[in-house]
Amino acid sequence: MDRIYADRRYLIIGFFLLIGLFFLARLFYVQIMVDKYILSANNNVLRYVTQYPARGLVFDRNGKLLVYNEAAYDLMVIPRQVKNADTMALCHLIGIDKEEFINRLQKARNFSPYRPSIFEAQITRENYGFLEEQLFLFPGFFVQSRTLRKYTYPVAAHTFGYIGEAGPEVIEKNPYYRSGDYIGISGIEKSYEDILRGKKGMKIRVYDVLNRDKGSFREGKYDTASMAGTDLYSSMDVELQQYGELLMTNKKGSIVAIEPQTGEILCVVSSPSYDPNLLAGNIRKKNYTLLLQDTIFIPLFNRALMAMYPPGSTFKLVDALIGQQEGVLTPDTRYGCPGGFPLGNGKKVACHPHPSPLDLVGAIQISCNSYFCRVFKSIIDKKSFASTRQSYENWRKEVMSFGFGKRIGIDIPGELNGNIPTPTYYDKYHGVDRWRSMTIISLGIGQGEIGITPIQLANLAALISNRGWYYPPHIIHGIGRKDSLNLAYNTKRNTLVDPRYFDIVIEGMGDVVTGGTGRIAQIDSVNVCGKTGTAQNPHGKNHSIFIAFAPRENPKIAISVVCENAGMGAAWAAPIASLMIEKYLKRQVKRKDLEERMINGNLINGKLPESERGQGNLLPD
Amino acid sequence: MREDKGIFYRIDWVVVLLYLLLVFIGWLNIYAAVYNDIHNNIVDLTQKYGKQMVFILAAIFLALGILIIDPKFFSQFAWFIYGFFLFMLVVVIFSGRVVAGSKGWFAFGGFGIQPAEFAKMATVLALAKYLGTLDVSLARFRSMMIAAAIILAPAVIVLLQHDTGSAIVFLALVIVLYRAGLTGFVPLAFIVLPVLGILALLVSKVILVAVLLLVAGIFYFYSNKKLRTIVLITGIFLGSVGFVFSVDFSVNHILEQHQRNRIHVLLGQVIDLKGAGYNVNQSLIAIGSGRVFGKGYLQGTQTKYNFVPEQSTDFIFCTVGEEWGFAGSSALVLIYLGLFTRIIFLAERQRSRFSRFYGYGVASILFFHFAINIGMTLGLVPVIGIPLPFISYGGSSMWAFTIMLFIFVRQDSYRYDLV
Ligand SMILES: [Zn+2]
Repeated sequence: MDRIYADRRYLIIGFFLLIGLFFLARLFYVQIMVDKYILSANNNVLRYVTQYPARGLVFDRNGKLLVYNEAAYDLMVIPRQVKNADTMALCHLIGIDKEEFINRLQKARNFSPYRPSIFEAQITRENYGFLEEQLFLFPGFFVQSRTLRKYTYPVAAHTFGYIGEAGPEVIEKNPYYRSGDYIGISGIEKSYEDILRGKKGMKIRVYDVLNRDKGSFREGKYDTASMAGTDLYSSMDVELQQYGELLMTNKKGSIVAIEPQTGEILCVVSSPSYDPNLLAGNIRKKNYTLLLQDTIFIPLFNRALMAMYPPGSTFKLVDALIGQQEGVLTPDTRYGCPGGFPLGNGKKVACHPHPSPLDLVGAIQISCNSYFCRVFKSIIDKKSFASTRQSYENWRKEVMSFGFGKRIGIDIPGELNGNIPTPTYYDKYHGVDRWRSMTIISLGIGQGEIGITPIQLANLAALISNRGWYYPPHIIHGIGRKDSLNLAYNTKRNTLVDPRYFDIVIEGMGDVVTGGTGRIAQIDSVNVCGKTGTAQNPHGKNHSIFIAFAPRENPKIAISVVCENAGMGAAWAAPIASLMIEKYLKRQVKRKDLEERMINGNLINGKLPESERGQGNLLPD
Repeated sequence: MREDKGIFYRIDWVVVLLYLLLVFIGWLNIYAAVYNDIHNNIVDLTQKYGKQMVFILAAIFLALGILIIDPKFFSQFAWFIYGFFLFMLVVVIFSGRVVAGSKGWFAFGGFGIQPAEFAKMATVLALAKYLGTLDVSLARFRSMMIAAAIILAPAVIVLLQHDTGSAIVFLALVIVLYRAGLTGFVPLAFIVLPVLGILALLVSKVILVAVLLLVAGIFYFYSNKKLRTIVLITGIFLGSVGFVFSVDFSVNHILEQHQRNRIHVLLGQVIDLKGAGYNVNQSLIAIGSGRVFGKGYLQGTQTKYNFVPEQSTDFIFCTVGEEWGFAGSSALVLIYLGLFTRIIFLAERQRSRFSRFYGYGVASILFFHFAINIGMTLGLVPVIGIPLPFISYGGSSMWAFTIMLFIFVRQDSYRYDLV
């Protein structure tokens, strides 16, 4: 019955075609007849302007500002939008030649024809003002503001590290980063990158053909705000850091100071160093190359974390502790010293002249090599172990509980493990079951294959002052708030040595300073406990080492000082450590002569240090 | 009679090829719309074109599946399918997910299903089933009401999901009713009333009422002047006046601000190129900048820089206009017109009333989407977010339109066996 309405199909099809034709007419009008739309298309251009957040600031333990930001401007280019620009005028404005201009434009185009690339990074504020006025002449170019890292004090370059543009590997791995973004590359800038960087935002602006800002796109509906980075509160005492760097002038080596109760690092000096401002901004690339090329001073090398030294006599403290723990040593144990420890093949480990025999305190005070070779031998030869290998493994485990042989986990990147040789190493070197306590006796006096970093040495001083425990050293104690805790460093670590064995060792360390090898470290009205050390150096003059903590009754600072090629521990490391302790505890140094002598001492340029000759009364360690 | 031949000898290849052509054009343009430097692998599944390819492959499987189902199934189960999707429309209100302000989505893991898209197909089935019943005549008031109820029930539920665009689509089925014998006044009213509504907003109401009075007078003058006619003319006149005032009232007092803005902008009363008029203006700029032959594939700048919002879904036609120019966009319009007339032609050769009305339903729904979507990008109708069939990005619409079309292709292939 619907056949009667069959003719209605023509009306329906007609209606469809009518609408279709109407669309065709409208398309013809919009696309061919009028020009206004094609003009509009060329006229407005969207620009995605990244809103870089201010990076977090860094303060020292007394609230002094250490790292901050300064505004800088990048000239950006979108290659596809570059049109009939007066190239020469722009070249003139930013001081490049035409060839360089074409070069950079091609580079940007290779990256993307319609995404912004940096054309000239970090234009100065004055140039920016000038450029901004002229910029409408150069379609496709615009200026993006961002911040530059600045350092209030020209110190602690290794600790702060530096930031730079994120490389392709980073961008590949982490979608947050885009080409041209900055990222922490070393130091705390790297280890706290996620906290410092904040969150980028994005503003979409509409620009017309004359490169004029026509306001935000859709009233900023699609804009996202940036979030400033979180501030960091460092445990660094910047005055102490400055003083340490001053003392280390013209010396290779390092100073690490720790607050024993908390593990907070008070200063980390690695010398030679450089002004951290050298690696901020667009001068970074040039300066970095210069610093990298300096193969004599190696200023980029963070000795405090990355240099390994045999600990020398400072390791005798560890012998004293482990010996007691293993029951092979008591405070009353006495050993004689016939000028050295005979090795049985006619050779001996030499010792300097001193009264003999000595008990444990005396042996620490005088730093007797024979005594501690015997202690080490009795640890390794202890009857309760079936083999040398087993007792050595036990000894190694105890040594490593002091934070040796394995990264302590400080929050500055690059830390090395150090080295406590594995039994397998000796197996390879001497043959399986072919080595005995006498074979490895040099370990007992901290020489040989053993390698310890300055941060581990400072930690040794800290854990002795605490009588057997430590918090892993760290430079940042507050994230966002000064009094917040850095949770990553909140777990106390214990050594495998019972706390009761520490008192006698501390007594010995006190005697080292009052009447032993480290007398030069004495400070008026402060009881300093210390231990000298000399690291044998097959490549040149020995390294001078000193570890200490003070005051003895209530330790506030534990410190390690290493001076490369400076001879005995008492020569340079001990006085420097002592000056550092005085500076930290008393805020000013009274021993001006000593201070001046240390600052002026030049151990780098091959001259024999004057002090070495003048200090004949120093005791060897 | 043709039992020995397989399904591929029986289906209408013109419709199928036009369908495949549209789907392919859609995919190419979605790639162009979201193309950027970083993701430029055309089968990248994290990108819309990669996903659309998966949608298309799934749609083709659905189509093949439908072609092997017993063609009688659809008419037998029409009411069941209709009931099922009505139920789903209600369920989604309570358990669905909000996408772009409308609460019409079921979330399945990473993607959403929009029952409203499928409800169109179900409603066409139900309407065809009802109109195909032998004793139904739209001359009767009762039948008219039942047919209207079949159409309006899903439309009202969709409206409750705040999806105005999809709800309006159901009104396209008045074309089916017209073909089935509904008085021409109803579809005429569908055309006249919007015109009257626009005039109500543009022209002073005093003048409009005067003009209406004049028209009524002319009709009266030429009429047979019987009482029945006079009552009818007076009724229509009063109804029109009432309509004019109610349009004015509802636009200014009932509609929400953003809807009101869209209407004002469309009528040219407000020029607001950054606000409500932004989409349409950018869309016109994109299309207009295509000129005769377009900027070339992937060379569009307006769509690429995201000037045009929702360019892969509702505004996909902009990409066509910008990159393929007048040549490409008018070709696309012609392909659609070809598809619609072919479907009408096929519908008319059906022996089964169900199949015929179903065909008309398919053509009406597709046509309505086409008209509203392209009309919107060309600035001719208000911005109503409904997809361009087979072209716009999206799994639900792709699958729903494919199922709807291929049910008809299936019916047509067995037209000699169905009565
Ligand atoms: Zn001795």
